Amino acid sequence: MIVIVDYGMGNLRSVEKAIASIGASSEISNDPGTILKADKLVIPGVGAFGDCMKNIRAYGIEDAVKQFVAKGRPVIGICVGMQMLFDDGDENPGVKGLELMKGRVKGFDYEQLAGEGLKIPHMGWNTVKQAKKSFLFEGIEDKSYFYFVHSYYPAPLEDVTIGTTDYGIDFTSVVQKNNVVATQFHPEKSQANGLRLLSNFINYRG
Amino acid sequence: MLTKRIIPCLDIKDGRVVKGVNFVALRDAGDPADNALIYDREGADEIVFLDITASSEQRPTLIDAVERTANVVFMPLTVGGGIKKLDDIKTLLRAGADKVSINTQAVLEPDFVGEAAYRFGTQCIVVAIDAKRTAAKKGWEVYIYGGRKSTGIDAVEWAVKMEKAGAGEILLTSIDRDGTKSGYDIELTSEISRRTGIPVIASGGAGSMEHFYQGFTKGGADACLAASLFHFRELSIKELKKYLSNKGVMVRMV
Repeated sequence: MIVIVDYGMGNLRSVEKAIASIGASSEISNDPGTILKADKLVIPGVGAFGDCMKNIRAYGIEDAVKQFVAKGRPVIGICVGMQMLFDDGDENPGVKGLELMKGRVKGFDYEQLAGEGLKIPHMGWNTVKQAKKSFLFEGIEDKSYFYFVHSYYPAPLEDVTIGTTDYGIDFTSVVQKNNVVATQFHPEKSQANGLRLLSNFINYRG
Repeated sequence: MLTKRIIPCLDIKDGRVVKGVNFVALRDAGDPADNALIYDREGADEIVFLDITASSEQRPTLIDAVERTANVVFMPLTVGGGIKKLDDIKTLLRAGADKVSINTQAVLEPDFVGEAAYRFGTQCIVVAIDAKRTAAKKGWEVYIYGGRKSTGIDAVEWAVKMEKAGAGEILLTSIDRDGTKSGYDIELTSEISRRTGIPVIASGGAGSMEHFYQGFTKGGADACLAASLFHFRELSIKELKKYLSNKGVMVRMV
């Protein structure tokens, strides 16, 4: 069973529907027992880094997610669900992330971007340069388009970047560390490319 | 590189797509989900539903349409029209909308946009501004209630204020140009795009491919929206994107 982790943030139904459209079923849950019994976890996320972390702790599911990862089971983080995998972030300094990947989540430099006529949030369709081979990119062309909405991006301090995107800077938009993968864009809103990526995750036999 | 977006807008009444000129002689044009799926296949980058249902009792028909659309279309969906309370936003997001567009209520209730952004995140709060050139031709004035009531508010100042309040995007419609097919109000679009740091969607007046080009280049718009032009198949999104790409505008080819 694929479990979509529910911690009171984000549009869980769109992820659920996207998974359903590729012929798989999933369950939305905030129960640590259900999370630990899952085959695969999806961690969506919308809103502020701090609020998301606060909620995941308030729901008492931080440990379940960490145990799941420790067992080597596959996890995909989406948007803020990706950012939460890191140590901490500029958006809410002092709030610790899940610390599953080393690095900090940084904010786009407003001045620098404004100088190039770029707006914040980074909103719309942008390309992902595949920096490394991964099961996640199976059947997806290099530099394919995905849908982004965010003002912060992860800056990993270990070798986890498998995809990058250009928005004033080349930032990390896809990561993989063993069986934990994550995307800064929304695969569930990225039409065929996004559904293919989700299907790669769902069919992955890590 | 981030691409410029092409956004078709569907007018929804009582849960059905309606087509008409200036809301007169509306005729049924089918199911919202079916229409959205066609645009999805044509290469639209997002879709906007504008609910023009008159009675609030018919509201559930919109929610149902949003739900059914979100079941089959996996691209961003913005829904606007008749949003008065935070609960209205929650219901639409739960039904599958990714963003909501707030217009009249933003003016009537000064704290509404801020509260909505705080609760649901700025990324899903679009502030729609219907602007009309003032009689003195100095600037533009914000209109509400579907363009029927003037407010005396300067549109550019209003956009800046709404960005500060927490709007994640501005959907800017020129009342003067709406339905005229004479092109977007480039001056208005570029002024608001220049004065704000959030994405601006140009709307009202698109009649040719050239107008989209101008909206993006001279107007500085991040996205261009059109309704009837796409509805009546006067312009296909595919053709439009090919044209823009040839002229050097970065667009997503599907």
